Amino acid sequence: MNHSLEVRNLHVSIDGQAILKGFNLTVPKGEVHALMGPNGTGKSTLAKVMAGHEDYTVESGEVLLNGVNILGQEPDEISHAGLFLAFQYPMEIPGVSIANFIRAAKQARLPEGEEINAIEYYKDLYAKMDALKMDRKFTARSLNEGFSGGEKKRCEILQMAMLDPKYCVMDETDSGLDIDALRIVSEGVNHMRSENRAFLVITHYQRLLDYIVPDVVHVMFDGRIVHSGDKELAKELESKGYDWVKEAFATASA
Amino acid sequence: MSDTDLQDQAIQVDTEKGNFKYPENYEFDAGIGLTEDTVKYISDVKDDPDWVREFRLKALEVFKKKPMPTKWADKDLENIDFDKIRYYLSKGQQPARSWDDVPDDVKETFERLGIPEQERKFLAGVEAQFDSEASYSRMKEDLEKEGVIFVGSSEGLAEYPEIFKPYFGKVIPTADNKFSALNSATFSGGSFIYVPKGVKLKQPLQAYFRINAENFGQFERTLIIADEDSEITYMEGCTAPKFETATLHSAVVELVALKNAKIQYITVQNWSSNVFNLVTKRGMADEGAEVKWIDCNIGSRLTMKYPGVVLKGKGARGEVLSIALANDGQHQDTGAKMMHLADNTTSNIISKSISIGKGRSTYRGQVHMPKHLKNCKNNTECDALLINTNSRTDTYPAITTRGQNNTVQHEASVSKVSAEQIFYMMQRGLSEGEAMSLAVNGFVNELMKAFPMEYSVELKRLIDMEMEGSVG
Repeated sequence: MNHSLEVRNLHVSIDGQAILKGFNLTVPKGEVHALMGPNGTGKSTLAKVMAGHEDYTVESGEVLLNGVNILGQEPDEISHAGLFLAFQYPMEIPGVSIANFIRAAKQARLPEGEEINAIEYYKDLYAKMDALKMDRKFTARSLNEGFSGGEKKRCEILQMAMLDPKYCVMDETDSGLDIDALRIVSEGVNHMRSENRAFLVITHYQRLLDYIVPDVVHVMFDGRIVHSGDKELAKELESKGYDWVKEAFATASA
Repeated sequence: MSDTDLQDQAIQVDTEKGNFKYPENYEFDAGIGLTEDTVKYISDVKDDPDWVREFRLKALEVFKKKPMPTKWADKDLENIDFDKIRYYLSKGQQPARSWDDVPDDVKETFERLGIPEQERKFLAGVEAQFDSEASYSRMKEDLEKEGVIFVGSSEGLAEYPEIFKPYFGKVIPTADNKFSALNSATFSGGSFIYVPKGVKLKQPLQAYFRINAENFGQFERTLIIADEDSEITYMEGCTAPKFETATLHSAVVELVALKNAKIQYITVQNWSSNVFNLVTKRGMADEGAEVKWIDCNIGSRLTMKYPGVVLKGKGARGEVLSIALANDGQHQDTGAKMMHLADNTTSNIISKSISIGKGRSTYRGQVHMPKHLKNCKNNTECDALLINTNSRTDTYPAITTRGQNNTVQHEASVSKVSAEQIFYMMQRGLSEGEAMSLAVNGFVNELMKAFPMEYSVELKRLIDMEMEGSVG
């Protein structure tokens, strides 16, 4: 079996406008890849298409998890297949507590008739909240409702840790985080790094990559990856700015 | 305790469980249509005293004169054909005191609905009505010794006229509306409860209403009197099999809370989707007394129900907490009435409605505070949740406050479960139906905490089932 997240020649449009234009990427298990690029270049679209969002039209291409194409599957099927998306803007779900939500999400993965062990569940939940320095009182709060930007992002990482996905896509997780929160969230992610898991970290800034050190950095522009390198590439981008990317690759792709 | 344990205890009133019927086999049948003879037949069968015979016949006149309230209410009311309905059907007038004495088909009906089991587990008394009459009625013996009365309305008026008569028809006069008049003419079944001074019931009394016959109208009449410093919780549930033809349920429920008494009345209405549920419910609260209506409407074709409290004595409190769920083909027209008639009275109304598909929810509220009163307070919150763009919700609050030093607070909101919320939840692995259920349960979550546990668990399950059915 092919243990990777693989995107092959993906073309995606919304309302007739092309956004992804032949996107290719392979993230093998055990690696962390960063995807960087200017705003409006298609990073978030890629994340949502991989998760099965229905607003986008896939013109051609494939997204393979362990070699199986997930495009066209329902979002919950993709989730069960092992892909987790940490949202840039997590939704508020009034009246649904964090504890009940994560429990329902875990329950949805069990075979029919099998029940989650409540004691084990809470033990696990509390341990992971402690690691993310989240107050245990948070379990009873409505999911994301009235949360600060940092609290929302921590809650995303908590869900990711609890659901134990094999492929983690993190969309601008660093936005809205102060430096302390950034460190805590990054520790949470680093703790999850393993031979059995792949990460795609989408970010606009190099800052996050000081904490979550990537194996590979990709630069995205105008709907595709235009340049890849090691972690030093992120620093180069930081110093030269995205205008450099635009200048270097706008002409190349024209 | 895990959710599974709770579910085992839950009251089983889901639509599938209620959708069965037994062959009709009645000893007493008033025939089809409503005339003086129909009313006289009911009086004869019940051996009504003269004052009740007169009361019924007068009510019939009022019913005939009053127009249908279609000027403001749903035009669907015009589809009720009063000439095609059967107004009285029973196998006998005396309810059994033991399930062993209940006719087999009726007993099986209630067993399938889980009533005897609940009685053993957490109820102080049960009355089970099958079409026009109670088939079973029993209360724990220790309550009997304390002087608590829990009988059917016919037995109440026959055996305890000195308590029954002064209050009967006083909280809700016959002419209150067309359907209270209809009920006053044809009433049968329902409960009469009297709780003596200072007696506080620790466990609820429950009535279960079952319609088995087709083309039938059920007109139960309930009167609950809580004497000074007493407390009682009463719960009612209802189901019917789904028929092609319209079924009518038109009850009148009157509550009387004397000085410092507390009455809590809980309804989980899960009629099948062919039932017109047109019910008048009102309580009267004396000085320092409290009347609380907890009302859930999940079933029926059209429900019109606006529980009210007349705050008659100083410091009286009234409350209506309601949840309505309108799925395709349903209209839940619900609300609350609070009549402040004394100083320092407070009322609270919280209404949550959920409209799915072509389902429609309406909230009608009326809060009345006359000029001469002081220190009265009302809080009204009504929130509507729309599940898709075809859903419709209307809010008609009418708040009249004239006095000084009276405060009224009103909040209303309409929200939607957005496609982005559903996508977010599905990304975590929930199916579309599960995601919808969770969002809807979240919407009513705070209010559900006011329910006794057995009911909130059941309610959650009913909502889950409705939501699963609503995802295409």
